[in-house]
Amino acid sequence: MIRMSFKLISPKTVQKIMNRVLWASGIFTIIILIVIIGYILLKGLPAVNLEFLLAEPIESGRAGGIAPMIVSSIYVTLLAVLIATPLGVGAAVYMAEYAGETQIVKFIKFGAETLASIPSIVFGLFGLSFFVIFLGLGWSLFSGGLVLALMTLPTIFQVAVVSIESVPRSYREASWALGATNWETIYRVVIPAAMPGIVTGVILGMARAISEAAAVMFVVGSALSMPISIFDPGRPLPLHLYVLATEGLSLKNAYGTAAVLVIMVLIVTVTTNTFVERYRRKMMGR
Amino acid sequence: MISRTREMLIEKGLFLTAIFSIIIILLMMLFIFREAVPVFQDYGFINFIFSWEWAPSDGEYGVFTMIVGSLCITFLSLAIAVPFSFLCAIFMAEVAPQFMRRILKPVIETLAAIPSVVYGFFGLTVLVPLVRTHIGGTGFGMLTASLILAIMIMPTIISVSEDAIKSVPLEYKEASLALGATHWQTIRHVIVPAAIPGIITSIILAMGRAIGETLAVIMVAGNVPQVPSSILDPVRALTSNIALEMGYATGLHYSALFGTAVILFIVIMILLVIANYFHYKKKIVVGGGYL
Repeated sequence: MIRMSFKLISPKTVQKIMNRVLWASGIFTIIILIVIIGYILLKGLPAVNLEFLLAEPIESGRAGGIAPMIVSSIYVTLLAVLIATPLGVGAAVYMAEYAGETQIVKFIKFGAETLASIPSIVFGLFGLSFFVIFLGLGWSLFSGGLVLALMTLPTIFQVAVVSIESVPRSYREASWALGATNWETIYRVVIPAAMPGIVTGVILGMARAISEAAAVMFVVGSALSMPISIFDPGRPLPLHLYVLATEGLSLKNAYGTAAVLVIMVLIVTVTTNTFVERYRRKMMGR
Repeated sequence: MISRTREMLIEKGLFLTAIFSIIIILLMMLFIFREAVPVFQDYGFINFIFSWEWAPSDGEYGVFTMIVGSLCITFLSLAIAVPFSFLCAIFMAEVAPQFMRRILKPVIETLAAIPSVVYGFFGLTVLVPLVRTHIGGTGFGMLTASLILAIMIMPTIISVSEDAIKSVPLEYKEASLALGATHWQTIRHVIVPAAIPGIITSIILAMGRAIGETLAVIMVAGNVPQVPSSILDPVRALTSNIALEMGYATGLHYSALFGTAVILFIVIMILLVIANYFHYKKKIVVGGGYL
């Protein structure tokens, strides 16, 4: 019956209808983003001022600011990226330059894919039983940074692989022809040429680390005080938002925290986009 | 000689970084399984999976209701997200003019980058009251959780499907258009069938993300460990179970939460294997000219 009724409408009419439907789906996607971001910013920005950003929380977040959470977030994110970047880029270099077309490539790729798709809460449990208890690192920003490093590793690796593989072979040949060894070629030619892509991957990794709460909730100790060193417990922003929202402490501060998080994420995505765009233009201009 | 030794050492070092992910996965399995062993021994693996009773204070550790909960939320969110994302992917790959593409790409990237807690918070403050007043129930339940998850998995489906649609060889499209088919007929009968393995991969990846999502689901799903009888009923997901109770769990209860993680781990591994199968198939189909 359905097929019959379709046949009654001419293909041209179907074409017209489907065009509208497709356009509507695209526009609706944009609307979803505008509604979510608009709502959070509209409700949250009034709560955000210098005092909110620079003060410590009072009565476990009912009042006061979010300064220790911002510092915690910066600590764990930087730690994660500092640990994951050499590992991710190293793995990408090995895969693109040394491994060839062997079985090992599939193996490495499968490892990264698996790591990327393990739920964040499972990372959290692993962090608790391995870093916090087994290695005795305790509930600290350091343990949190390590867990987040494992989570950002596949992102950095996958982006780095693509950018290293897209460096033209002629660059390498020129370098070898000058008598450079394999490693000298990688270090002085391939990596600099792939740098913009690698940086993009690192920024994407940062975005993942800064927005993660479930993986760190049983690892960082969830303390409200200002962390001095990375071995102190802390509470990153997303975790703070979760606690504020679910324990009903202060809706106003929760909106404010959400707004700060959204702004951070927007900064990250806008930077990556302009960065990638500029790089692309530069490459096309050459 | 020195430089050759150095070259070799560097290669070995890089090899270590390359297999680091695998080492971590093995360590993860080891540490999570090790903690889960007590509950599998004392309560029984079969009992653990199939018992409907989750009452840690009475020594009951059955996660069946949560497996059902996770699957219900995941499939409902897929049912909402897939048709819509599918259309959006076709729009981006085939119909959208340059300026729309330039807007949509960063929009989808931003949707993917918004922290899950922010989605959960949005669900808690906007969707929960909306569902409560317009549809019914308390607002905390399967439907609300699925709506939020649907938004969260959309970017994955759109971007991976778009890639799949774009990688269909141009000749297929040209041949169809040359036969007098309209653009939509071409999309429906030529391009989409050729891109189907990639589209399935995107759906499986999205499924993995939906099953693994924790905090956004906790904030809106109601978290009652029960088999839902309607889409408005509160449910508890496997991930939520861990996050909710880990803070105070001890002894066998602690072990049972690690057991929950083992179940999650197994589910994700199965999904990955299926996704890899389709990914492999895609290469053969598109490269070898299947149509």
